[in-house]
Amino acid sequence: MPRVNYEAPTSVDEAVKVLAGAAGLAKVLSGGTDLLVQLRSGRLKPDLIVDTKRIPGLIGIKEEGDKFVIGAATPGAMLSDHQALEHAWPGIVEGADLIGSTQIQGRASLAGNLCNASPAADSVPAVIAARATVVIAGPAGRREIPAEAVCTGPGRTSLAKGEFIVEFHVPKPKAHQCDAYLRFIPRTEMDIAVVGCGVNVTLDAGGTCTDARVVLGAVAPTTVIVEDAAKALIGHKLDEATLAALDAAAQKACKPITDKRGTIEYRTKIAGVLARRVAAIAFERAAAR
Amino acid sequence: MSKHHVTTTINGEPTEYLCEAQQTMLDVLRDELGLTGSKEGCSSGDCGACTIILDGSIVCSCLMLGVEAEGRTVQTIEGIADGEKLHPVQQKFLEHAALQCGFCTPGLIVAAKALLDTTLNPTEEEARYWLAGNLCRCTGYDKVLRAVMDAAAEMRGEASA
Repeated sequence: MPRVNYEAPTSVDEAVKVLAGAAGLAKVLSGGTDLLVQLRSGRLKPDLIVDTKRIPGLIGIKEEGDKFVIGAATPGAMLSDHQALEHAWPGIVEGADLIGSTQIQGRASLAGNLCNASPAADSVPAVIAARATVVIAGPAGRREIPAEAVCTGPGRTSLAKGEFIVEFHVPKPKAHQCDAYLRFIPRTEMDIAVVGCGVNVTLDAGGTCTDARVVLGAVAPTTVIVEDAAKALIGHKLDEATLAALDAAAQKACKPITDKRGTIEYRTKIAGVLARRVAAIAFERAAAR
Repeated sequence: MSKHHVTTTINGEPTEYLCEAQQTMLDVLRDELGLTGSKEGCSSGDCGACTIILDGSIVCSCLMLGVEAEGRTVQTIEGIADGEKLHPVQQKFLEHAALQCGFCTPGLIVAAKALLDTTLNPTEEEARYWLAGNLCRCTGYDKVLRAVMDAAAEMRGEASA
């Protein structure tokens, strides 16, 4: 691999300083499962790599009042092992757990998946569906933005020079609220989503949906929040008419590409099918709590 | 660009080395430390031939920088046996002939050993998912699974299948 400089700061302030002061391109290293592949292929030629894993809090999951605080570089294996998070948001854990093999799970992080900015990122739809926010540190201090405001296009983010994600804030579920995530791939493991779908619903005691977010991955340049799909669910129980409206809204929101994994037509159709299946799981889970 | 001085623990031994920032852990193991048991297959984290145990988790050493090992604990295929005594996973790989060309074997043994460190009662499905990141292009998966399940049984104190 080409030569590069490496820093492993031990505080957020120090990390901001080295990122902001870098002469050329500086890249943040969390788990490295995307970054090192891009370095080796020559797609990225950074002058500096800043490893954030030595900063206290960047790895770990805390419960603070009505939210979970997840360190940006926390590996997927740690998310799967966290029983309270898994119970609260099984969809978020399902999404993160689908990324790569056991080896990849030992390293890959939510912040890395979000900032790599692939439209097919498996951990992102359920995180957005849960209305999670990210805390970003930078030269001007800290700011907190919705997770959906990070990715602006394939490989592009809204983070400015010197900025990096410190942590995710995920609100805890309300009564009768739960989520689910599914992705479609042509085999059972180790592939990139043809379509991914995260659904987060809140029900009343009678099973009628009072709040919802439906988020699709891999069908547009960024992850898509499908407002019309949420509207199709809110005020309704999960009957066939509701599912048909959800299916149609999900398909309408798709602006996919044709590639080796699927055509535009195929991805669009699958988006509707997945939305139905994921909504059914999310409704069942929400009704059971 | 100066080299980084790294102090770490590899296979129980305190180890120091110098490396450049862009050298992967796999490069360091093979080229600087002479630990050539870990193999370079794909260099993109897909094949698992370079699997090591880092602070208890398996990772692809081709997707980790050598400098990241500072202060950590690393276990490689060279540290799986206890001296001359093979680990049960290694012994069962021999007994079940769970290898053909052998290139994927170090990674498979390290990954299987890590599985049995977390549970001695894996279901076959759990073992298959756990090892899904280790590719064998001779496609000898069935014997591998039998060896791993038999090693688990032996470590539970049950008679060999």
